[in-house]
Amino acid sequence: MKEIVVLSGKGGTGKTSIVGALAALAQSKVLADCDVDAADLHLLLRPSEKMRTEFWSGKVARIDQDRCDECGLCQELCRFHAIRDFQVEEASCEGCGLCHHVCPTEAITMRENMAGHWFISGTRYGPLVHARLGIAQENSGKLVAVVRQQARKVAEEQALDYVISDGPPGIGCPVISSLSGASLALLVTEPTLSGMHDLDRVLGVCRHFGVPATVCINKYDINEENTRQTEEQCSRQAVDVVARIPFDNAVTESIVRGVPIVEYSDGRVTREIVTMWRRISGASEGSSPA
Amino acid sequence: MERVANHDVAGIWKGGWVTGLGQVPVADASVLVAGQVYLTGELLPAMICPVRNVVPEWSGNSMRISIASGKGGTGKTLVATSLALALSDRHHVQLLDCDVEEPNDHVFLRPEITGRETVTIPVPKVNEEKCTHCRKCAEVCAYNAIAVLGNRVLTFPQLCHGCGACSYLCPEKAITEVGHEIGTVEWGRFGGVAFVHGRLTVGEAMAPPVIRKVKERVNNYDIAIVDVPPGTSCPVVEAIKGSDFCILVTEPTPFGLNDLALAVETVQELAVPCGVVLNRAGIGDSRVVDYCSENSIPVLLTIPLDLEIARLYSRGIALVAGMPQWKSSFLELFDMVTELVVERNRSAKR
Repeated sequence: MKEIVVLSGKGGTGKTSIVGALAALAQSKVLADCDVDAADLHLLLRPSEKMRTEFWSGKVARIDQDRCDECGLCQELCRFHAIRDFQVEEASCEGCGLCHHVCPTEAITMRENMAGHWFISGTRYGPLVHARLGIAQENSGKLVAVVRQQARKVAEEQALDYVISDGPPGIGCPVISSLSGASLALLVTEPTLSGMHDLDRVLGVCRHFGVPATVCINKYDINEENTRQTEEQCSRQAVDVVARIPFDNAVTESIVRGVPIVEYSDGRVTREIVTMWRRISGASEGSSPA
Repeated sequence: MERVANHDVAGIWKGGWVTGLGQVPVADASVLVAGQVYLTGELLPAMICPVRNVVPEWSGNSMRISIASGKGGTGKTLVATSLALALSDRHHVQLLDCDVEEPNDHVFLRPEITGRETVTIPVPKVNEEKCTHCRKCAEVCAYNAIAVLGNRVLTFPQLCHGCGACSYLCPEKAITEVGHEIGTVEWGRFGGVAFVHGRLTVGEAMAPPVIRKVKERVNNYDIAIVDVPPGTSCPVVEAIKGSDFCILVTEPTPFGLNDLALAVETVQELAVPCGVVLNRAGIGDSRVVDYCSENSIPVLLTIPLDLEIARLYSRGIALVAGMPQWKSSFLELFDMVTELVVERNRSAKR
């Protein structure tokens, strides 16, 4: 079983559209949406929920006002400035529990926090594991880890060849959680100065965690000079550019319709993605695109 | 004495005097907007008077506007950089890039960097001679960042939140704290814009401490524009906290709409008022606009899908620099935001 995670560094480069297309192209796979705080893959795959599980993670301090004698020690020691006037500001509490351990009157308890849900669903393209982090919650990295673990479990149980994950933007906690230990990172970039800058950083994260990376330049024709520079940037780092996808409004139209691009249009975008998937999956090239 | 031109917005003022009606004290959290001063403090509750001359005394409450989106790549950076540049002719403006995982504002501003600070979090260092391997540190650590295996104590700096529980609670006082570098903050200037950004070190997981360091540099007397990372979780909350207003940038697609609704929930949770900038109008469908009107969220500015705008963006040129005709639109955007903040402060005082 191979695990392919689609990342980008910069947001809005087309990760979810690409994953939607791969969902339709790859034969034997489970899909995972690891962008747990702004998940969009379900809008293309239209899942029907089969299983919903609560995600409990982290803790939040609570002060029992009857026991508190207002000594102020908790306030003084809290590094997250989460205690003011002997009240816990939940949005700032990181759940470390130092206040609970030091409170001389044992007035502080740590309460479990329900931070979201994760789901196993069925789609026309196969099983999908996805999640919804509660608004303004922490621990998105841990929820991503749960989604990946469940996706791998489904793949093993059903003897599927691939786990294909839609990753979050950025390079921090949820990205690291989506990436570490994956077989391949497919990095979707765009030929803008920001895109090039962000690609460099996400390539650095892949290197740091020893995950092989390959690059797909989306909307390559909006600035062909930048595309050329992106290709050079990749070749200097011995990273393959596996696809150059042109800009086509059909991609947005397919999103509005709620279907993967490869099922909406047989234009250049679809042909390029089909070729890309053949290259990634190692299938032989030559036959005409679907 | 300073004449306040019509259509000029001077921000939120704390203290000072208004002349023109004789000398009228301006109470706390009064707002000067469009040639009028809204006196909302306790001295003169909720009265509006015309004003010609103002003796300003800048301090305290400045205007802080965050630019967020939920979905990535909708145009936060475009809006943040153009808003800052448009305002910089008339106002002191700070631009703070809090998207520390992928900061891009500098690509468009190319500011001269004049200062730099390393961001560290305190992580434990164990004195093996004092340690009795009692395991207390491992028991109290909520993040599994310290473990005791036989006679060895292992620490995992990438997991550590720097809470200090292990060192404070170690009965042998065997744990001290050392700084672990997780990022940098840099600052400088481009024309009239004071610039600050943070950069999370590649391989590090925790953005919020870097964001906190960037925000420590908000000076509280200028207009501060905060570029927020995408998403809805802890880094986003950390960046938006303390804002007077949040501009949500979205695009008219189902992805844009889905993530806009999440972003609206996030800012509501933080009790920060918001409005929408619709970017790439013309692609997709009308559901974002419908959503905004159903939920009484003002659409403050619409930027069309335009090849020229996309080209400027791809070359790292700010919209108002490449197409100066957009400047007035960003000034109007700021006026609308100011009016909404004034309105809200007035109703909050009632």
